[in-house]
Order: sequence, then structure tokens, then C-alpha cells
Amino acid sequence: MAEATSLRGTAAAPAQRRAVAGRLRNRHREWLAGYLFVAPDALGLLVFIGAPMLLSLSLGFFEVSGFGTYEFVGLANYRRMFHDPLFLLSLRVTLTYIVMLVPALYVSGLGLALLIQRSTRFNAVVRSLLFMPQTVSLVVVSLVWQLLLVDKIGVVSRLLRPIGLGWISWLGDPHFALAVIVVVSVWFLMGFYMLIFLGGLQDIPQEYYEAARIDGAGRLSCFFRITLPLLRPTSFFVLLVSTVTAVCGSQTFDLVYVMTRGGPANTTSLAIFYVYQQAFLFNEYGYAAAMASFLVLVLIVLTVCMFALTRGGRFTYD
Amino acid sequence: MTDPALAATPERRIELAALKPARLIFHLTGILLSAMAVVPLLWMVSMSVKNSDELFGTGLLPQHPTLANFLYVFTQVDFARYLLNTLFVSASVTVIALFFHSMAGYALARLRFPGRDAIFLAMFATFLISQPVIIVPLFILVRWMGMLDSFAGLIIPSVFNAFGIFLLRQFYLGVPRELEEAAVVDGAGFFRVYWSVILPLSRPILSALAILFFLANWNSFLWPLTITTDRKLWMVQVAISTFRAQYNASWNYIMAASTVVALPTLAAFVVFQKRIVESIKTSGIK
Repeated sequence: MAEATSLRGTAAAPAQRRAVAGRLRNRHREWLAGYLFVAPDALGLLVFIGAPMLLSLSLGFFEVSGFGTYEFVGLANYRRMFHDPLFLLSLRVTLTYIVMLVPALYVSGLGLALLIQRSTRFNAVVRSLLFMPQTVSLVVVSLVWQLLLVDKIGVVSRLLRPIGLGWISWLGDPHFALAVIVVVSVWFLMGFYMLIFLGGLQDIPQEYYEAARIDGAGRLSCFFRITLPLLRPTSFFVLLVSTVTAVCGSQTFDLVYVMTRGGPANTTSLAIFYVYQQAFLFNEYGYAAAMASFLVLVLIVLTVCMFALTRGGRFTYD
Repeated sequence: MTDPALAATPERRIELAALKPARLIFHLTGILLSAMAVVPLLWMVSMSVKNSDELFGTGLLPQHPTLANFLYVFTQVDFARYLLNTLFVSASVTVIALFFHSMAGYALARLRFPGRDAIFLAMFATFLISQPVIIVPLFILVRWMGMLDSFAGLIIPSVFNAFGIFLLRQFYLGVPRELEEAAVVDGAGFFRVYWSVILPLSRPILSALAILFFLANWNSFLWPLTITTDRKLWMVQVAISTFRAQYNASWNYIMAASTVVALPTLAAFVVFQKRIVESIKTSGIK
């Protein structure tokens, strides 16, 4: 018995070893393939996103002249930041923008999604039309809205004349300019959030609603007891993404750059626009980098806060 | 009494009766909201065919429609060149990005190698870093690489984003393994498997992403604005943003140019709306 097994063992050993070696070689081949496949994107992301992030942090410690000479200035840029009234103002403007934009996007996105969630042909058309602004460039969006908002003779002013608001200079009045930027942002972005919410609504099993209806639940209680709780992961995603969008989405820069250039009286000077101005108008690269890295820090804190508040998007606080 | 159909009918009738005005209101709301989304764009088109003397006339429909504004845009400004530049850059970015992202997505979903999950996490962490935040150091980096005022500078940094990798990886996780295993047994290398099995399988998602990438690059403004000073390299968005300063109140020219810029994206959306809508709906975290 023992002899037989050992015999079989010795006979099988080389073949087995060859098989193991082959498998190892295969495994290494898979490793190599994996690294090679990932390499272009990994390197690209490292160079064009990772490196700039690190560079941003370190650049903040330097005074960079327009000719590309660097002088180490320690924390001077960071200190200057908090004594710069225009930067502090731009932070306040950004905060106001977030506070107005995020709830507006949440409500309009969810509202529109609820309104057209049933898949009828009418709803499909409405859905596409509502998403349409998203496909147009922000520069064009800015120009079109500037046209609509031209003082006194623009469409908006003419529409509002009967109720006595025709005289308002929407983009020229410090009281209204930021609100206009918010409205245009919502007009542009709502279709996107509507689709995200539609995706979330589709994932809620219909049986829940049927069961609730049998139990005699009304529409409102269905919404508050089923829809909202089960929509929590989507809500988390929407709140997070729209907050980031409000701080540094492309609409934040493009709309302000084309429509108001930060004016009137710096009331639409969002932080990201101020950073751009400092860097590319005044060649203050070091100072701009310091402010940008502060924004990154704010974003990270916001994300962590939201993550903690919602326990990782699971929203199990009850 | 015990017949469920009989018991249900009166109730259903009441429900239907209650629905009719509700449905009317519902449809009106839908139409009103769609109009709010679309009318500004119609206004743009209408303005682009108006004579300069009826610019701020009351109607949406122009009295004497004209194509002179478009002619002006293409003859007085080098608009055709800006369009070609934009087409070239957007198409290049789209093709390169799809190639890289599908390779990476496939490897991250399917191949086993040490550090795979760490690499994926690191890539995913760049998801929320948008270009405006890193624009200053990115500009300095690209200047140091000597890519200012060049097509390379316009194209290469725009290729890389975590969104595409993430969506493709998700897609490949859902593809049945048997399909590639058959090819592996036949002795095909990993690149062969990727090229002749995986790529053809991913045609639907690749086409959806292609549209999204193309639109994003066609519409991008901040990056081309930052790194091109040479007019010959201008992209359309940069060009039309300067129109406002140049043709202060000539809204017919500005809107004609805007229409030319927006029309391809609107057309692409109308044609591919189903795919675009589906791919965005699935992009939310669930």
C-alpha cells in the first residue's frame, strides 16, 4: 500500500511540478497583463491629477513670478489668504451659492423625477427635453441667458414688466446677480439630477407600494415612508455631487466668467473664479495654489462630514 | 357580492373620474416645464436668423428670417478653423480615452494581480477632483512639459478621468466569465482576449461613453481658455466667449455662432438620447 502510493507519488511529482510551474507562469503572465493594461490610465491620472494635487499643496509655499522663478515664502500665502477681504468675500459668496444651489437641485431633481417616473411616451419626451440644456455648452448657456436678461428690452424684463419688475437689471444689480447665476445653474443641471433620481426610483420594488396601498396608505405617506427612506443612497450621492459641483463644478467657473466676471461689486466672485483671476490675470500662481488647496481641504472635510452624518450613505439613523 | 371583479369596478370608476383633471394638470405641468427648459434654446435659434433691426422685437418667430448672420460668422471670423480644431481635439480625446479606460476597466474587473484593489481605490479617489480646483498646478505642469499652445496640451490632460474607468469596470463585472475563458483555453493572450472578445462585447457602453466624452470635450471651456493664446489653436467655446466683447450688442452674430456650436451637440443628443439617458441613470451610486 505504502509502496504503491510512494511510487505513484514519484511518478506524479514531475508532472505536477510542471503543472504548478505552468500555473505560476500563467499567473505571472496575468499579473504582467494586468499592470500593462492599467498602466496608461494609472500613469495619466497620477501625472495629470495626482501630481497637480500634490503640487498645489507645495506650490502654496512659494512665490512664483511670471517668468517661472520660485521663491520659498513659507506660510505667507496662507496667512495672506485669511487677511484678504476679497478671498473671504469669495468664500462667503461660495457658501451662499452652495446654500441656494444644493437644495434647489435636490428638490427640482427629485420633483421632476417623481413627476415623470412612469414610463409613458409623453414622459419620455418631457424627460429628454428637460435634459436638453445639459448638452449645450456653458458658454452658449451663458450667452443665451445674457441675451434673455438684457436690461429693459430683454425677454425676461418684458415678461416681468406687467407686474412692475421690468426695471430690474438682473445681472447688474448686486442683489440679484448671484441668484440669477443660481437659477441658470439649476436650469442647466436639473436634468442630470432628475435622471439620477429616476435611476434611484426604479430600484425601489413596486411591491412595497402595492402592499402600502392595500394597507390604505395615501400618496403622501407612501412618499415619506417608502420613497424617501429607500432613496437614501441616491440622496447621499446627489447631495455630495451637487455640493462638490457648487464649489468647483465647471458651471461655477464658466457661468461667472462669461456672464458677470465676478461682478457687480464682487457679488458673484465665487472662490474658484477668484483663484483663476489671481493666477491668470495677476500671475499670482503661488497664492492661487494656496487658495485652491484650501478649497480641496474644504471639499475633503465636506465629504467626510456628509459621509459621517449619513454613515456611509446608508442613512440608518433610526 | 363575493365576485372580486364586481367589487372592484365602482372603485375603479371613481378612481378614473378623479384622475381626469389630475391628468390634465399633470400634462400641463409637464409641457410647461419642458417649455422652460427649451424656450431659451429656441430663442437662441430664432435670434440667429433675425435681422439686426428686429433683434428685440416681440415674437419668437422672426419676421424676415435670414442666413446672413451665419454667413458673417463664417466669413468674417475664422470660425471654420475653430470648429475643426474642436472636432479634432474632441475626437482624439474620445478615442484615446475609450481605449485606455476599457483596458483599465477590463483589468480591474477581470485580471488578478497584486494591488489591484488599491489601484482601483486610488483611481476612484480622483473622482471628485474637478479640473477647476487643480487648474493652477496643472497649468504649471503642462507649461513645464512644453505643451502650452499645442494640440498635445489640449488633448492629453483631458483624456484621464475616473468616471469612464469606473463605469467600464462596472460593466465588465457583469459580463459572464465563460466568454473569455473559452478564448483563454484556445491559447489566446490577454490582449487578444481583450481585443477580440471584450471590446466587441462592450460596444453599447463604449458608444454611450463616446457620446458623453465627445460632448464634454466639445463643450469644455476652462482648459482650452487657460492653455491656448494662439488663435490658430482656439476651440469654439473660447472663440465665442470673446464674441461678446467683440460684438457687444450684435446679438444676432453671437447667437448665430452659438447655434452653430450648440447644434451638433443637440443633434447628437436627439439621436442618441436613449443611450445617454440610460448611462447617466446608472451612474448614480446605488
